[in-house]
Amino acid sequence: MLKWLVGGPPFVFLVAFFLLPALIMVVASLRYPGEFGGLAPLVSTKPGEEAGLTLESYRVFFSDWVYFEIFAKSFGVAALTTLVCLLMAYPLAALIARSPKRYRDLMVLLVVLPFASNFLVRVYAWMIMLGPFELLFSRFAVICGMVYVHLPFMILPLYTNLEKHDPALLDAAQDLGANAWQRFWRVTFPLSLPGVFSGSALVFIPVLGMFAIPEILGGKDDWIVGNMIKESFLGTRDWPFGSMLSLMLTLAVLAVAGAASWLAGRRVSRA
Amino acid sequence: MRSLALGVEALAIAVLFGSFLASGGKLLLAGTAAALLALAGVLGLAGKRREMRGFWLWFVSPLVYAFLYIPLVIVVIFSFNDSKLNAEWVGFTTAWYRRLFSDEEMLRAALNSLSIACVAAAIATVLGTMAGLSMHRFKPKLLPFLVFTPVAMPEILLGVSLLIFFLNTVSPALGAVGLDFGLGLTTVVIAHVTFCIGFVAIIVRARLAGMDESIFEAARDLGATPWQTFRLVTLPLIMPGVIAGALMAFTLSIDDFVITFFTSGIGTKTLPLEIYTMIKVAVTPEVNAVSALLMALTLGMIMIAAKLVPDLMRAKT
Repeated sequence: MLKWLVGGPPFVFLVAFFLLPALIMVVASLRYPGEFGGLAPLVSTKPGEEAGLTLESYRVFFSDWVYFEIFAKSFGVAALTTLVCLLMAYPLAALIARSPKRYRDLMVLLVVLPFASNFLVRVYAWMIMLGPFELLFSRFAVICGMVYVHLPFMILPLYTNLEKHDPALLDAAQDLGANAWQRFWRVTFPLSLPGVFSGSALVFIPVLGMFAIPEILGGKDDWIVGNMIKESFLGTRDWPFGSMLSLMLTLAVLAVAGAASWLAGRRVSRA
Repeated sequence: MRSLALGVEALAIAVLFGSFLASGGKLLLAGTAAALLALAGVLGLAGKRREMRGFWLWFVSPLVYAFLYIPLVIVVIFSFNDSKLNAEWVGFTTAWYRRLFSDEEMLRAALNSLSIACVAAAIATVLGTMAGLSMHRFKPKLLPFLVFTPVAMPEILLGVSLLIFFLNTVSPALGAVGLDFGLGLTTVVIAHVTFCIGFVAIIVRARLAGMDESIFEAARDLGATPWQTFRLVTLPLIMPGVIAGALMAFTLSIDDFVITFFTSGIGTKTLPLEIYTMIKVAVTPEVNAVSALLMALTLGMIMIAAKLVPDLMRAKT
């Protein structure tokens, strides 16, 4: 009774405005596009009108390499962004974790602060930065924007992980004759893998669904899944196709999240 | 040697920064910055072995901070620039801000953003706190999935599924009973609440997790009804978390672009949507001015949050 009084309202709200719309989208991916965009009715009202359910969107998707290529490109952009974020985030996270306690909060705050400015402002900033150097509307600009927007998502989990490391481990490794490189690769890095994986998932997943950054900073060649979904809904207004793409993106996200948590879990249990 | 290397690095960053403001020779300045950076690296490597320990951390970290801050500082500086182009520094002016404050469309968008954020944050705080309490106390099975998935998914998925839902399901259903329903302020508020609940719930639950269960048991033993326990014991204890959650929801709502983009329809504009249109149509320093003001607003919110809830910053990480 009390359980439903407390948990009921958010439960009902989220079923109505998250779960139900998600299920409706699954059905929408199986319907025909409407005459003027949107969805065709489920039950035919006029003779000769397409109605009911169909696998047409899926057929189109799997019969053309173009869509596969766009998914591959999206994964490429996401992977490159994640890698660059990792390379930039690791030294900073490590430095913060090693700094005296009283500076740490400030250093973390300085990482989060630019993140408080609007997402579009941060993308726009790169338009201004790269414009005069004639680097705008390129893959390079897209990666810059993606890294800039997602970098804190990598720094914070890495820092939370690195902060917990016992410095005595490194001293022990040094006493046993390990040099700086070995200390990093054989002690610090393996221990930080859970942080690496959760940070990577936090960067990789949102990048896949991004449409504004490729649209603003990139050329037409740089469009990824997010752009195709946006275009299907607001450009060509082929909702079933857009819904199908959204489901494919959901599957991709689930696969990535599953892989990340599996890798992190395997590492932890082995260590 | 190490401090010399870091000094050269600071110089490199300064030169790089200058190259964005300079009127000519931008490439030359950027090249100089790169050369200085290489020099700093060489100087660092030339030091004694003991000095080198951790040098790379010291070398890379300022670059990352520069990467984080230079773009935003450039945006703010150019908002005071007396030129239509965001390419070089010409002279100081406040014309862009004056133009902004006489732009009625922009003011209406700002008002929309503020009212959406207030309403959405209020609803999300109540529902999110309930969700957090319920997850902590009753350990339900399905609720965590419903609460956390909208937070973890790419925003575009929530945006398009709500677009279909509102236009294809809710609108005809309400139309059948004679109600006119379209995309607008209401749909944007609902969409924002949906993804904000998760953030509030996470913060509230984290707050509850650190608490001694025996306090609540003591309240019950002393004869308090569940409502009294909540009102007099639980709520005051989790209040910092609730306030932090409310501020978080407010900032997320006022900054949201993607979900608003899909659920707002044609007539309703918010600040991020205005910025998006401006960026796509014509880039003028007016965009810089809005950006700078938005930054100031969010910074103010964070300062208030830090004052009200001193442990907020630690709770976040």
